[in-house]
Amino acid sequence: MKILVGIKRVVDYNVRIRVKSDGSGVDTDGVKMSINPFDEIALEEALRIREAGLAEEVIVVSLGGNECQQQLRTGLAMGADRAIQVDTSENLQPLTIARTFLKVIEKEQPGLVLLGKQAIDGDNSQTAQMLAALWDRPQATFASGLNLSGDTATVVREVDAGLETIEVDLPAVVSVDLRLNEPRFVKLPDIMKAKRKPLDVISLGDLGVTSENDLEISHYTPPPARDKGHMVEDTAQLVAELKSRGLV
Amino acid sequence: MNRTLIIAEHDGTSLNPSTSKCARCATAIGQDFDIVVMGSSTNEIATQAAAIDGAGTVISVDAEHLANPLAANHASEVVAMADGYSHILGPSTTYGRDLMPRIAALLGVNQVSDISAVEDGYHFKRPIYAGNAIVDVHAPEGSKVVATVRVASWKALGDGGNAAVESKSASSAASSHTRYVNLESGGGERPDLQTATSVISGGRAMASKENFDLIYELADLIGAGAGASRAAVDAGYCPNDMQVGQTGKIISPDLYIAFGISGAIQHITGIKDAGTIVAVNKDADAPIFEVADIGLAADLFTVIPEMKQLLG
Ligand SMILES: Cc1cc2nc3c(=O)[nH]c(=O)nc-3n(C[C@H](O)[C@H](O)[C@H](O)COP(=O)(O)OP(=O)(O)OC[C@H]3O[C@@H](n4cnc5c(N)ncnc54)[C@H](O)[C@@H]3O)c2cc1C
Repeated sequence: MKILVGIKRVVDYNVRIRVKSDGSGVDTDGVKMSINPFDEIALEEALRIREAGLAEEVIVVSLGGNECQQQLRTGLAMGADRAIQVDTSENLQPLTIARTFLKVIEKEQPGLVLLGKQAIDGDNSQTAQMLAALWDRPQATFASGLNLSGDTATVVREVDAGLETIEVDLPAVVSVDLRLNEPRFVKLPDIMKAKRKPLDVISLGDLGVTSENDLEISHYTPPPARDKGHMVEDTAQLVAELKSRGLV
Repeated sequence: MNRTLIIAEHDGTSLNPSTSKCARCATAIGQDFDIVVMGSSTNEIATQAAAIDGAGTVISVDAEHLANPLAANHASEVVAMADGYSHILGPSTTYGRDLMPRIAALLGVNQVSDISAVEDGYHFKRPIYAGNAIVDVHAPEGSKVVATVRVASWKALGDGGNAAVESKSASSAASSHTRYVNLESGGGERPDLQTATSVISGGRAMASKENFDLIYELADLIGAGAGASRAAVDAGYCPNDMQVGQTGKIISPDLYIAFGISGAIQHITGIKDAGTIVAVNKDADAPIFEVADIGLAADLFTVIPEMKQLLG
């Protein structure tokens, strides 16, 4: 079985996001970029499945310009077998991303597709579900547990009410949550090795996909600031203030 | 066809307030709305939905295979009735986030996520980058809009309505490739975080599962919901459904008290809409104090017992 893992290049989660003063976007100049943390967990899971002998090959796929090769190389250094960059200069919206993944799936025929449950830039949480719909296959979103057995996967999902377990037939799309695993650290020799692993570049057009980015995103503004608060000296003062505000 | 369809969320016995919040969003768009209730034995839920002020028709789709909230099954039903609607709205809860993109893709449209404000039927605002930026999203005029509504941004409508309930049989059979197994719910009888008026949360500093009892005791004393940071959940001190933040629950209680939480941006995202934020942290420089309305630099293990005494 092959496992396909989606990887997005995003502003590192530790970076303090600043909105550009002209409202055209957020500042990414000289900012540290990383693999979307959820995608890293997806990749880690794929590697563990392969290491357990349940898959032969792990392929990482990213949509973007040449800069996303950096994240694909990191994925290869973590242990992916090969990488595919779908070359595009556009910041694609989830429907087109899902259509693109579907084309890659048609070529590669994976038994499992692992994606992050959301990207920490757009916070959309859509791609996995859209891909599953277009592919007419099961979706198991927000996974914090994944067990493969034959042609089915048992997935524990983090939902508002607790932990939901579902069973899906493979092939399926699973979107992963933070508690699924802890990704490994990349070691220096692995980075060297990763340089020799195959990284194919295909253009969006060659895959036969046209962009359907029809949501216009504009007018970036920082969130409204909260009024400045104050410190109290002790518990008695705190409780007195909560009482006077009618909150307790 | 300027009409909104709202996807009702429920747990089999009661309607989730997220439904009424989506309805408020529909009225902000300026549209009449219907509500679809999918489930098994949905009568009682449909009655609750019919009470939402201004609801047009409540469409009740009752079938055994719809009892559990599997997106594969629910999406087909919504797609089957999509023709009559310009807008289809669901909540930004895990139910809605799982379901709505599947619907959008089946209808061949992009989805607007997490609507926090509405200008008109095609212009919305939403937060991105963990709430660090708010953007305008403009959907093509006249296109079908499929969206999730950021429930923390909207108040529920009144419940004095009396809409007609229409029963409809399921249009598709159960999906053969996805099977529901079970739900293990973490929480007890405390108020739901997404609707609680007060929430008491603990962070990594709680240091153990046993110590979290302090949080529960204080919460119970004032009728609050109990929450946690990711670090506390990861450490196994409390169940996952208590996590507040970018990847947990986005909440908007009147009062939020954080004990031993440092105030990482991913946590703050979840509480920005709270009325009053209180932080208790023994590090006077903890970032949480930058967003707190009331701060107390002290040890939580002395503060909580003192609060219990003063409030008991
Ligand atoms: C992609 C991504 C998503 C994330 N999503 C979320 C999310 O949804 N929610 C979330 O919460 N986090 C999330 N995080 C994690 C987040 O970045 C922080 O790591 C986490 O919030 C830290 O939790 P904490 O404040 O409990 O722990 P810490 O940061 O370790 O803070 C503990 C605090 O307790 C204080 N303290 C210690 N002892 C005491 C005492 N006795 N009395 C009083 N104070 C004391 C310390 O001064 C410190 O400030 C996410 C991270 C990533 C990368």
